[in-house]
Amino acid sequence: MRILVPVKQVPDTRTVRMDEKTGTVIRDGVAAIINPLDLYAIEAALLLKESCGAETVALSMGPPQAERALREALAMGIDRAVLVSDRAYAGSDTWATAWILAAAARRLGEFDLILCGERATDGDTGQVGPELAAALGLPVLTHVNHVTPDGAGGFQAGRLVETGEELLAGTLPALLTVVKEIAEPRLPTLNGKIRARRETIPVWGQKELQLDPASIGLEGSPTRVVKIFRPKIARQCRLVFGGDERKTAAAVNELAAFLQSRASA
Amino acid sequence: MAADIWILAEQRQGKLLPVSFELLTRGAAVAAKRGGRLHAVVFGHNLAEAELQKLIDCGADRVLAAEAPELAEFDLEACAAVLLDLIRAEKPEILIAAATTTGRALLPYTAMTARAGLTADCTELDIEEGSGLLLQTRPAIGGNIMATIKCPRHRPQMATVRPHSTKPATAQPGRRGEITRVRPEPARLVSRIRRTGFKPLAEKDGIQDAKRLVVVGRGIKKPETLVLARALADALGAALGASREVVDRGWLPYPHQIGLSGKTVTPELYVGLGVSGSIQHLAGMQTAQTIVAVNTDPEAQIFKVADFGIVGSLFDIVPALIQSLQDPQAKKSVLEQKLAKGTK
Ligand SMILES: Cc1cc2nc3c(=O)[nH]c(=O)nc-3n(C[C@H](O)[C@H](O)[C@H](O)COP(=O)(O)OP(=O)(O)OC[C@H]3O[C@@H](n4cnc5c(N)ncnc54)[C@H](O)[C@@H]3O)c2cc1C
Ligand SMILES: Nc1ncnc2c1ncn2[C@@H]1O[C@H](COP(=O)(O)O)[C@@H](O)[C@H]1O
Repeated sequence: MRILVPVKQVPDTRTVRMDEKTGTVIRDGVAAIINPLDLYAIEAALLLKESCGAETVALSMGPPQAERALREALAMGIDRAVLVSDRAYAGSDTWATAWILAAAARRLGEFDLILCGERATDGDTGQVGPELAAALGLPVLTHVNHVTPDGAGGFQAGRLVETGEELLAGTLPALLTVVKEIAEPRLPTLNGKIRARRETIPVWGQKELQLDPASIGLEGSPTRVVKIFRPKIARQCRLVFGGDERKTAAAVNELAAFLQSRASA
Repeated sequence: MAADIWILAEQRQGKLLPVSFELLTRGAAVAAKRGGRLHAVVFGHNLAEAELQKLIDCGADRVLAAEAPELAEFDLEACAAVLLDLIRAEKPEILIAAATTTGRALLPYTAMTARAGLTADCTELDIEEGSGLLLQTRPAIGGNIMATIKCPRHRPQMATVRPHSTKPATAQPGRRGEITRVRPEPARLVSRIRRTGFKPLAEKDGIQDAKRLVVVGRGIKKPETLVLARALADALGAALGASREVVDRGWLPYPHQIGLSGKTVTPELYVGLGVSGSIQHLAGMQTAQTIVAVNTDPEAQIFKVADFGIVGSLFDIVPALIQSLQDPQAKKSVLEQKLAKGTK
């Protein structure tokens, strides 16, 4: 089996702060990490490798420093990694990103499974997975919580939807986007880290992929961001203090009255 | 030529899902501003005329029902192929779907092949003066900023819209519209994945559809105290949600998790107990209509987005609140009893 795991490098939202005056996100000094939800896709790939035998490949598109995210994937046990990076790809929306990733995936050869994170924590769209599947002409399942290949070109999977869990059967190749429930990601081992440091990660750009400029970067992106603003918090918090019995009782009374007024509104 | 605005209604077992009517509210507003016709597209099999008429009663000028046994339940490949054919034949200007597990899978898959722009999980839609373009606004970077996005050249302009982010359209009896039923070519209905079963969630676990939510954070301290939160949830007729801290400790399973790496919810009422309000948590709940928080720390972030907050220990507040909600007359004496017993 061959498994491809597209991973994205994202700013660590734990350290993202807002500039209260300008209402913009302060990116300086914000650490870049592997998209936390992609760790689950990596873990799922590694488990399949252990149970059925597979070559696992990580693929990322991003600036040169996104190589760090790929080394993390290697340290966890992914076999090889490729970085797609080119100035011409900057400004790509999800459509253009999926288009570029599809070209890189094709160049890497045939895969039985492509495992994506459910969504990236920065853009938070969850669109790249299904778009990549469509670009490659593969069937897709989103929100997958378990997957078992049957060894004969088929697989069984579960998909978490609003009202429960769908059970599905399909044929490979396929692209799945996975949720947290699929497996608990392992930590990199010391050996893994050493190997990851030594590994060379090829960087592919326009020279290798030769994509039509009309389909990449800002030019190739159907969507345009026209405005970014701070959400206006229209809420005025009525803050009451508990404390001793009397204060607690008063606070609770006020809250009960508030809840009742909202319920009848 | 008037613009055609499409919404993608969702049905299950022949019944339209509530989110379909929220989409009609969105679609009608957009169609009015843009000056266009509102179409409701729906996939299914042998859909009842009366059910389709509901879409017209609630604002659709036309219903476009694609029907086949293969479309009875959501099948992504079949739905995407049929949707693509419909788009190519009718060239709608705008296509709006719900940001459900269905919409968030079907729309990107279709948008890629249609070479269309797609904006995920919008909380506001508008039409730009002059250009007539769809303005799509969505939270980004964990809800810290809002981004407005448009799609100048490619058609249709596609968006998924966050469920519960608007009121469902109400029926206007006597509204007239056209119902078109289409039967897709069998060749378009093939799929490489088939459904073999379904395990429904226990009703109380469905936090995404719940109107009210009681949400516990690490402030509950141990799993035993969940009974307190459950009792409040029962008193309020609410479902139980949790922060990641609670889920990571195994106190509640993952389907209860709200936030960036959990579910996004927009209930009418959110009551947070011992939840600090990290940006990752806020990302999943700050569009709730009313937010109430109980926290010992007056500086807790959650108070920044709350409508009503109590600074105090949930172990004091919650038992008293339950009493007060159940029996306003008895609240005082019971509170005293609780306090005497030293609930902490
Ligand atoms: C990539 C990423 C994704 C994440 N995704 C999510 C997500 O989806 N959802 C999520 O929730 N988090 C998520 N997190 C974690 C998030 O950063 C916070 O760690 C988490 O939300 C905190 O949970 P909490 O509020 O329960 O706990 P804490 O932050 O520890 O807060 C506990 C609160 O309880 C209060 N308290 C203590 N005792 C009492 C008492 N007796 N009565 C009342 N109040 C009391 C305290 O004052 C404190 O404010 C994510 C983090 C990362 C890095
Ligand atoms: N630039 C990228 N490089 C590699 N994989 C990506 C990239 N962007 C998105 N993905 C994959 O697509 C998933 C969904 O991302 P998104 O649609 O941005 O929320 C991620 O979890 C990754 O698996």
